[in-house]
Amino acid sequence: MTETLSGLLTIGVLVMLLAAAYVPLGDYMARTYSCTSHTRFEKFVYRLMGVNPDSEQSPKAYAMSIVSLSAVGVLVLMTLLMTQSWLPMDRDMADMGLAMAFNTAVSFVANTNWQSYGGESTLGFTAQMAGLAVQNFVSAAVGMAVAIAFIRGFVRVNSTSLGNLWVDLVRGTIRILLPIAFIGALVLIANGVIQNFADTTINSVTGAKQVLPGGPVASQEAIKLLGTNGGGFFNANSAHPFENPNGLTNLLQVFLILLIPVALTRTLGTMLGSHRQGLAVLAAMATLWAGVLAIVTTAEVRHMSAAAQAAGGALEGKETRIGAWGSALFATATTGTSTGAINAAHDSMTPLGGGAVLANMMLGEVAPGGVGSGLYGILVMAILTVFIAGLMVGRTPEFLGKKISSRQMTYVALYTLTVPVLVLLGTGIAMSLPSTQDAMANPGGHGFTEVLYAYTSGANNNGSAFGGLTVTSTFFQVSIALAMLFGRLVPIVLVLMLAGSLAEQGKVPVTAGTLPTHTPLFVGLLIGIIVLITGLTFFPALALGPIAEALA
Amino acid sequence: MFINTLTDFSRQAFASLRTLLVFTVILGIAYPVTVWGIGQLFGDRADGQPVTAQGHVVGSALLGQNFEGSRWFHSRPSAAEYDTLKSAPSNLGPSSPELLKQIKARRSEIANVESTLAGHVPADAVTASGSGLDPHISIDYAELQAPRVAATNGLDIRRVEKLITKNTDGRVLGFLGEPGVNVVKLNVDIAAATQ
Repeated sequence: MTETLSGLLTIGVLVMLLAAAYVPLGDYMARTYSCTSHTRFEKFVYRLMGVNPDSEQSPKAYAMSIVSLSAVGVLVLMTLLMTQSWLPMDRDMADMGLAMAFNTAVSFVANTNWQSYGGESTLGFTAQMAGLAVQNFVSAAVGMAVAIAFIRGFVRVNSTSLGNLWVDLVRGTIRILLPIAFIGALVLIANGVIQNFADTTINSVTGAKQVLPGGPVASQEAIKLLGTNGGGFFNANSAHPFENPNGLTNLLQVFLILLIPVALTRTLGTMLGSHRQGLAVLAAMATLWAGVLAIVTTAEVRHMSAAAQAAGGALEGKETRIGAWGSALFATATTGTSTGAINAAHDSMTPLGGGAVLANMMLGEVAPGGVGSGLYGILVMAILTVFIAGLMVGRTPEFLGKKISSRQMTYVALYTLTVPVLVLLGTGIAMSLPSTQDAMANPGGHGFTEVLYAYTSGANNNGSAFGGLTVTSTFFQVSIALAMLFGRLVPIVLVLMLAGSLAEQGKVPVTAGTLPTHTPLFVGLLIGIIVLITGLTFFPALALGPIAEALA
Repeated sequence: MFINTLTDFSRQAFASLRTLLVFTVILGIAYPVTVWGIGQLFGDRADGQPVTAQGHVVGSALLGQNFEGSRWFHSRPSAAEYDTLKSAPSNLGPSSPELLKQIKARRSEIANVESTLAGHVPADAVTASGSGLDPHISIDYAELQAPRVAATNGLDIRRVEKLITKNTDGRVLGFLGEPGVNVVKLNVDIAAATQ
């Protein structure tokens, strides 16, 4: 079998697996978030949490619950990281310093999983599983909850509430994430991902000392991907053979990354009572995904770079068992969602391939986006699209039966501006510091791309890196942490306010003047707006980095 | 108004703390421990597939090792120098002069060691992997090294070729991933054959 056929078959099987899960999982999630009864175990959990699961929250209260959960999450995680040497199974690792602990805690709470540390040389097992992995679940469940609250904004009529964050959080975790992660973890172990609680030291084939690192890897790996978190147990992330041992686990990992973001579009359709609408959103996501995948794969497989030409293949930073196709597929999935796990060094990708994964994040991570964040991200862009379309024909825009007026557009505009401001401001400030030059691993335009990539990854809550940049200085730790924190919470609060303003309204009847939002025309318009907004915002920055390098 | 918000927030913060405690027990302890327990059913898979020689564990089938000297098959270049506690790629960019220099140097060195033309050295032999712990090399690179290893160890070349085939991991299910030769297991077999 040729490499090309193997690569194409892998993509084909991936698409079939996602298609098979689409309806059952999407409808299951819709039922999970809509049902009014609680299981006995959940009632017990609510009692322990001290919340009333049958109360409803206003948009403000819903948002405040998320902000407080995030703030407490950061503090608890920082405490664990800074006192890990007191915890069991600490592997004699030192306590983490303040700046790195702040950066790491924010990173995991914000569903980013940016890592300025190497897992195997920094963390004990308890800090990983009871600290980081817990936030992998919680941050994913928060993202899904916000997406569901947003959908309720369209579904509800004359309502002042959006549901209950604590209920959405518990259900998302216990009924959706935990069972899938559990099965995923077992399948990963069956295929070679490790799960134990001890490092062992041995004498290697040539008699040298070698440590076989251990750890509860499979359990963390499953939620790392399913929750689009991306934080590797080991420094090399999914390039590490203990995290991703072969071509089958590689496919499974990409499948887990895309599973919930894709199925949530079905959940949208089901909750709205219009499956066509869910499919239209999915079509926009899939088109962007396929476009980026084609560019990245072409660049990597045809080894379009000076180093790849010299080597005879773009294999610098890639694993033999995964190859160029498997690396390109993973890179596209991880940057089109908020995952940021890597199975190959993005820093060493070809200029076009590396530039395309960077642009994939800049699109706002909507192809298909992080769990929850992808759906609310693309719905915000859809509102912008009906607004612009409305301007063109001179009608009051409406979307899914709700009027889009200046109040809604204020939230949409602020949402659209937040992340680019964080990216460009962060990059600009970093570039103006003389110390940044020393932190870069590569000269010229590529060094600039490393910095641009870091803030793009942080503010978009991706977490992948052009790993050559040394980010352990206090400036980078704190500034990237702030980009992650604001890049997460500001859009969430804006989405909830927007959802609240929609829920308050009645339903606008569909008339001849209503722009249908499930047609190919609208899908094309939506894709155009996403690409246009991204291009207008980021083209100058991209021109200085990857474009300059590709043309050099 | 401000006081109300403040008391509201502290009530929420208290609920957040209790939530995190409950979740830490369920997701941070019960979940990984249960997965570990069931994972024991898969034998040594959960422990990284140890490779043994003469009754001793000498490595993991999944983690590459550094092999120097003409009696061994050589692994790919590694940015981590095969230190299993420092997994890492080189992170050198696609037009990095440093990387170009390294590739050129590796190519001529390998051509020299294997007594072949520089143009015959495959890509994986001159590039560092993503993890720095890649246990595999391409079949081409193994074939290139076979005559040297056979000669140094006084083994028949056909026997060495057979061991390469035996230690080649094909695509999973016939189509997933790329084939590669497991250097650690291959060298264990080479050592056994010369005993």
